[in-house]
Amino acid sequence: MATMEIRSVSKNYGTIRVLDDINLQIGDGEFIVLVGPSGCGKSTLLRMIAGLEEITGGEIRIDDRVMNTLPPKGRDIAMVFQSYALYPHMSVADNMSYSLRLRKTDKPTITQKVRAASVKLGLDALLERKPKALSGGQRQRVAMGRAIVRQPKAFLFDEPLSNLDARLREQMRAEIRKLHRELGATSIYVTHDQVEAMTLADRIVAMHGGHIQQVGTPLDLYDRPANLFVAGFIGSPGMNFLAGDVAGGVLRLSDGRQVALPETMPAAMGGATLGIRPEHVLPAPAGQGALDATVDLVEPTGHGIILHLTLAGAVFKVLTHDRRWLSPGPAIAVSFPPEALHLFNAEGLRV
Amino acid sequence: MTATRIFGTLAHRAAILAFITFALFPLFWLLKVSVTPNDLLYSEGVRLWPSATTLDHFRFVLANSEFPRFFANSLIVSGTTALVSTVLAALMGYALSRFRFRGKMWLAGLLLVTQMFPLVMLVAPIFKILSPLGLTNSLTGLILVYTAFNVPFASFLMQGFFDGIPPDLEQAAMIDGADRFTAFRQIILPLALPGVAATLGFVFTAAWSEMIFALMLISGSEKATFPVGLLTFVSKFSVDYGQMMAAGVLALIPACLFFLLIQRYLVQGMTAGAVKG
Amino acid sequence: MTATPIPIPTRRPLRQRVALTLEPWLYCAPVLILITAVMLVPLILGISYAFRDIQLLNPFSGGFVGLDHFQALGQDAAFLRALRNTLWWTGASVFLQLSFGLILALLLNVPFAGRGIAQSLVFLPWAVPTFLAGLNWAWLFNPVIGPIPHWLTALGLMEEPSNILSDPQIAMWGPIVAATWWGIPFFAITLLAALQSIPKDLYEAASIDGASPIQRFFSITLPYLAPVIAITVLLRTVWVANFADLIIVMTNGGPADRTQTVASYIFTQAFRRLDFGYASAVALVLLALLLAYSMVILVFRQKLSNRDR
Repeated sequence: MATMEIRSVSKNYGTIRVLDDINLQIGDGEFIVLVGPSGCGKSTLLRMIAGLEEITGGEIRIDDRVMNTLPPKGRDIAMVFQSYALYPHMSVADNMSYSLRLRKTDKPTITQKVRAASVKLGLDALLERKPKALSGGQRQRVAMGRAIVRQPKAFLFDEPLSNLDARLREQMRAEIRKLHRELGATSIYVTHDQVEAMTLADRIVAMHGGHIQQVGTPLDLYDRPANLFVAGFIGSPGMNFLAGDVAGGVLRLSDGRQVALPETMPAAMGGATLGIRPEHVLPAPAGQGALDATVDLVEPTGHGIILHLTLAGAVFKVLTHDRRWLSPGPAIAVSFPPEALHLFNAEGLRV
Repeated sequence: MTATRIFGTLAHRAAILAFITFALFPLFWLLKVSVTPNDLLYSEGVRLWPSATTLDHFRFVLANSEFPRFFANSLIVSGTTALVSTVLAALMGYALSRFRFRGKMWLAGLLLVTQMFPLVMLVAPIFKILSPLGLTNSLTGLILVYTAFNVPFASFLMQGFFDGIPPDLEQAAMIDGADRFTAFRQIILPLALPGVAATLGFVFTAAWSEMIFALMLISGSEKATFPVGLLTFVSKFSVDYGQMMAAGVLALIPACLFFLLIQRYLVQGMTAGAVKG
Repeated sequence: MTATPIPIPTRRPLRQRVALTLEPWLYCAPVLILITAVMLVPLILGISYAFRDIQLLNPFSGGFVGLDHFQALGQDAAFLRALRNTLWWTGASVFLQLSFGLILALLLNVPFAGRGIAQSLVFLPWAVPTFLAGLNWAWLFNPVIGPIPHWLTALGLMEEPSNILSDPQIAMWGPIVAATWWGIPFFAITLLAALQSIPKDLYEAASIDGASPIQRFFSITLPYLAPVIAITVLLRTVWVANFADLIIVMTNGGPADRTQTVASYIFTQAFRRLDFGYASAVALVLLALLLAYSMVILVFRQKLSNRDR
């Protein structure tokens, strides 16, 4: 188990800067999820921690030892790859024991550790199989097994579930969470799937464009997104945004209509964006709410209904569980509970 | 529709058959003459198969000529060349496939350019260089030269195979605690075995066929490889067709065996990336 | 773990940085050394020979002669004929190899029972040592033991069975046929590999769009193969132009120098006359011509692939 510290780390490919001034403290046993759209630098950061990419600037410490100069084998970390990277010419048992054999662990210990890990992951019947004779979910488990056999200081996961189908992904997600509770190992998990991030993380690190946008617990990010990017990225369907000018305690939309702001928000600040999550919007029959909007599309999802509206020239979504809205007619009205509103300034930062 | 399809299938099979015939007929003829008794050689010149066959030519060639030694010399030279070239090419191919480093483009370019050297241009200087080192008229000298000439293409071939192996695998191994060379030996090389086989076969066949340097660098019959021996034989006893062709059949055997073993991998290997570049 | 942080410099220590930079070169070193010693040094030496008088049997040779060899070359009728012969030999061989190789690759790209065996058999000539291929074909053309002259006579193409290798008018066809026989597999293998890497769904999409097999060939297969064909033709042309084995074995340049190519001419000068200086001068001219040719093809290919993107 270990603590980890990332100090003003940066990464350049040639002249292109893909990571800039990354700072992060990770506590012992913490489960950290790096989340962001593809190309945000999250995988690069993970690979730098693993020692697979060179660090251009700054330093990475594990347990207060600087890792920058160490090759991967010296860092005592385990990694689960997106492709699983199982050795095709080795059996499941050999795959799991490879790291122990490299460390010249004695045979009985290897057998015992592989057995323990395989029982934990339900792989004990498959130990003699080659990876190509396994299903996708089983391969994923072997990749996990290979990591936990070693009892490393930290686990790194590089989008480990993205090659699985939806049902299996849900199941493995729960297992990873359970495994982490059992082992208590420091873990860093990279994903572009915000649901995975929300369900797995102790703390989420939202990344975009090579910068960290916000670090916090899942609910922090959901309830108090630091900026427009995080607000839009976390949650599904994504947060609605209404752009306008704030003056006299109201937000004036581009079509001239107004939305009253709660008193906790600034009464005047010029250009701003108001955000509200689809699940917080209250729908009402046309003319009986704060703003009227035209209905473009109704999407029943079974456990809810997503209404696609046009409001002030922009797409606006409402998530409701009330089946009345299955056939809402051409227009409806929406109202906003004041406590569910988020306000962002012209720079996109939360106010 | 079915009629055209049947016709198409027939035409396709016929064309394949024509290619096979064209490919095999010369070899068949070689075999035919080598088993034809001398007295029937001229009287049954164009018959597809002689009325009587004999193994006398083979017997003579194996017992009374120097061909067994030529054969052994060729085997030593080609086998060693294949082994050494493949080992070197595996290292080089790995570097080309996996490392990003300054000068890599130049290196690959250099390898490519060596493929364009007229061999004959290097014959004279190589002779002049090897001669004072005592490496002319020596199998070692031949091995050295053959390895150098075969290693660039072999490197590209190996690079193609390595490109087909995901880098995740050795990264996983390195995280598991291997240094890069261990990962290369224990993970990448076993997975590239088809490529290794193809490269071995390719270089062996090439070395077995080489004639120009063998003619130039080897003078006596002591160190002669098969082509040198055969050509000397041809110019000395140019009428003993039966024996020459028997010797020819012998020369064919190892190369063909090697080829049949590896040809499956060759297409696979080329598909894997040798031609993508 | 210890509680006191161990101060380690962020910058990699010099030794480690050197090791990291050197790592790829360690993998390349054996090949690099070998190529330098056995190809590059001799190449430079060979270039210098072109300007010197190097005759193996003449102990007084070795002096600098400037451009004498090249002047002699300009007057050397045998060389100029060899240049013409090289063009003809290379062009015909490569063209025939490519045409038949492409046909063979297309035939083999269709699945059929016994394809594996058929493939092994048609690729077999490639494994035949070139000297043996040369001898083999020389024997086939020989009216005493070979069938070809008799067949040609039976077809009325030849008045009486005779050896085409001794007829100055058509002797070149001998090595060309042998080279084609030997070289078809190389093209077929390369092109077959390229064919197999064309995504199948492209053909499916095209046939759904209503393209006929011939249209699919011209709109998908050929554009996909074009870069591979270009690079293969480039490599093979250079290779065939340098390739003297078949000619040396089959005709030794004769009759009356009608099959002498530049490559076989160099070999004759070096091997038979032991005039290394003159041979190197000829080789240098050949090298220059081939490099110029490669440049043209490469630029052409670049243009071709740029157009696609």
